[in-house]
Amino acid sequence: MNKTTLLCFTAALALMAGPALGQVKVKIGFVNTFSGPNATIGNDMRDAFELALDHLGRKMGGVEVEAIYEDDQQKPDVGKQKTEKLIQSDKVNFLTGYIWSNVLLASVKSAIDSQTFLISGNAGPSQLAGELCNPYFFSASWQNDQTPMAMGEALNQRGIKKIFIMAPNYAAGKDMAAGVKSTFKGEVVGEEYTKWPDQLDFSAELSKVRAARPDALFVFYPGAAGVQILNQYTQAGLKAQVPFYSAYTIDAITLPLQKDNALGALGTQSWVNDLQNEANKKFVADFRKKYNRMPSFYAAQQYDAVMLIDSAVRSVKGALGDKDGIRAALRKADFKSVRGEFKFNQNHFPVQNFYLQETVREASGELNLKTIATVFKDHKDLHQPKCPMKW
Amino acid sequence: MTILILEQSLNGLQLGLLLFLLAAGLTLVFGIMDLVNLAHGSMYMIGAFLAATFAGWTDSFILGALLALPATLLVGIVTEIICLRTLYPRDHLDQVLATFGLILFFNEAVRLIWGPAGMSLPLPQFLSTSVEILPDVRYPTYRLSIIGVGLAVAVFLYVLVQRTRLGMLIRAGASNREMIGALGIDIKLLYTLVFGLGAALAALAGLMAAPILTAQIGMGENILILSFVVIVIGGIGSIRGAFVAALIVGMIDTVGRAFLPDLLRLFLDRAAAATAAPAISSMLIYMLMAAILVLRPQGLFPAPGK
Repeated sequence: MNKTTLLCFTAALALMAGPALGQVKVKIGFVNTFSGPNATIGNDMRDAFELALDHLGRKMGGVEVEAIYEDDQQKPDVGKQKTEKLIQSDKVNFLTGYIWSNVLLASVKSAIDSQTFLISGNAGPSQLAGELCNPYFFSASWQNDQTPMAMGEALNQRGIKKIFIMAPNYAAGKDMAAGVKSTFKGEVVGEEYTKWPDQLDFSAELSKVRAARPDALFVFYPGAAGVQILNQYTQAGLKAQVPFYSAYTIDAITLPLQKDNALGALGTQSWVNDLQNEANKKFVADFRKKYNRMPSFYAAQQYDAVMLIDSAVRSVKGALGDKDGIRAALRKADFKSVRGEFKFNQNHFPVQNFYLQETVREASGELNLKTIATVFKDHKDLHQPKCPMKW
Repeated sequence: MTILILEQSLNGLQLGLLLFLLAAGLTLVFGIMDLVNLAHGSMYMIGAFLAATFAGWTDSFILGALLALPATLLVGIVTEIICLRTLYPRDHLDQVLATFGLILFFNEAVRLIWGPAGMSLPLPQFLSTSVEILPDVRYPTYRLSIIGVGLAVAVFLYVLVQRTRLGMLIRAGASNREMIGALGIDIKLLYTLVFGLGAALAALAGLMAAPILTAQIGMGENILILSFVVIVIGGIGSIRGAFVAALIVGMIDTVGRAFLPDLLRLFLDRAAAATAAPAISSMLIYMLMAAILVLRPQGLFPAPGK
């Protein structure tokens, strides 16, 4: 029997098995960081995941959902190992979560090889949007370059001529720097890449920022490092000299630790808590009610990822073996996104708006992020042309 | 350019002095008690968390710091009495295993007590600004005060070790432990005191790092490796060695990060230099350690009698 017939045969078997085994659960493996300084991001995404399941009555297309959580410890090798465990011993139908690009890049091959759909809740490395795009990989977030591209454009609009870029030395850090450089029309007077994730003292780099005298500093430091960079930038007295622009550095998770240091700082994001659509209002209100804090953009994306999976499972009426049907339904993205309208590009990355957000003090005294402008409308990432997939 | 070099030297000095506080305790414990204490980094973490907590209660950074020092000293002494006393006669591998266990214990204990998110330690207004050290050159006040405190502790330790009776016992202990025991010195009490002092120094380093780095679970592990490098370079058991080596390591680390990317750019393309520089600069201190181990395995300033 050759490979194609075998494949058809298996597919047919799976098709028959699907409805017949209607009692099975939809198993979703959730790989995220639950230990170390960035455990707060993992917990935030897990909370959003749980809230989405609550909203769905813990069922998708009438089939009960089982969520299995695994900790990647922010390490690519551990993430890969946990992904394989979920595929091989738990036999999950979907994989989701994944904050870190390097963890995702290490794990994605195991998912693809076993034909398990992986829907990234956050990481969006350029490789997966371009040459490594795949029928089994979808992003519910963005491609890494897009948010900084919006920042580059926002810097142009604000008349900034010289910038200094600081980012960690790993897959996403390089994507971010490339993104801002692709749209920024002025001069990049300096670039610093720091050791990731263990370098937390940026004194040497901040001294160079001061010496280079740029009009603005652009940084990408997600999670705990975002608190440290902003602290040290403020302590160095740079606030009065070089304005601070960032991507993924100030969010609902870091704000309670950054406090007033973040006030007035500008960033770009594809989701802000004040977006005016029904799904978002419900998400933000229920999240606040259940967990008594603001959701972050990580949470919003993860919520969308679950709703996306639900739309696919509903569309195939719980026949989880129907991979082509699931893929077709995922591509349609027929769900109410917290980002308003949601559609996929040919490489399975969303086509979406990007907003400029500012840290402001609410009347109640608490700090919050607020949309101040739309930088890009229906933006597509740059790597799609390198992706051979068509549909 | 000279301004940048001056600023980077201050950055290196500040990192070096922070490392010295940690390495001084480590080298005393290792040199005098012959105990490999991997849990030294845990004292650094506990100092940071306790200071953040006390500062929250008292609403004062200084009070929080002053309360955290004796509190960590106490934690150190209790740890020594409960866990480490039985380990002195055992070999180094047993000590490594046991103190590694202590790291896991302290990390989980901190997670239980303070949660996984970590804590920030806000600075008072007068420390969170910058001062003009030269015309048009500003430097963070807080980092300057770390340099001040670090130098003051170095002087204090010098006087303690060279000019007091306790220091004489410490030096004697570093040279020949059996002999001072035979001369009727209560070696158990000396050990407990030295361990407590080491813990307090680590706590001081931790609570001074906390406003810059925030208090995080596992924050001690990275810096512990650097401190071991420092005591290997400086010579085990020698405070003077720890001081000189800590400054060298702090300088090399900072200068490497600051100037290596520009240096590499001269003969590599921009992207390759940007990727290679952080990797190479973080290797520099280990290369120095390797060179020291080959050329002068006893370290730069070995304790006499070793």
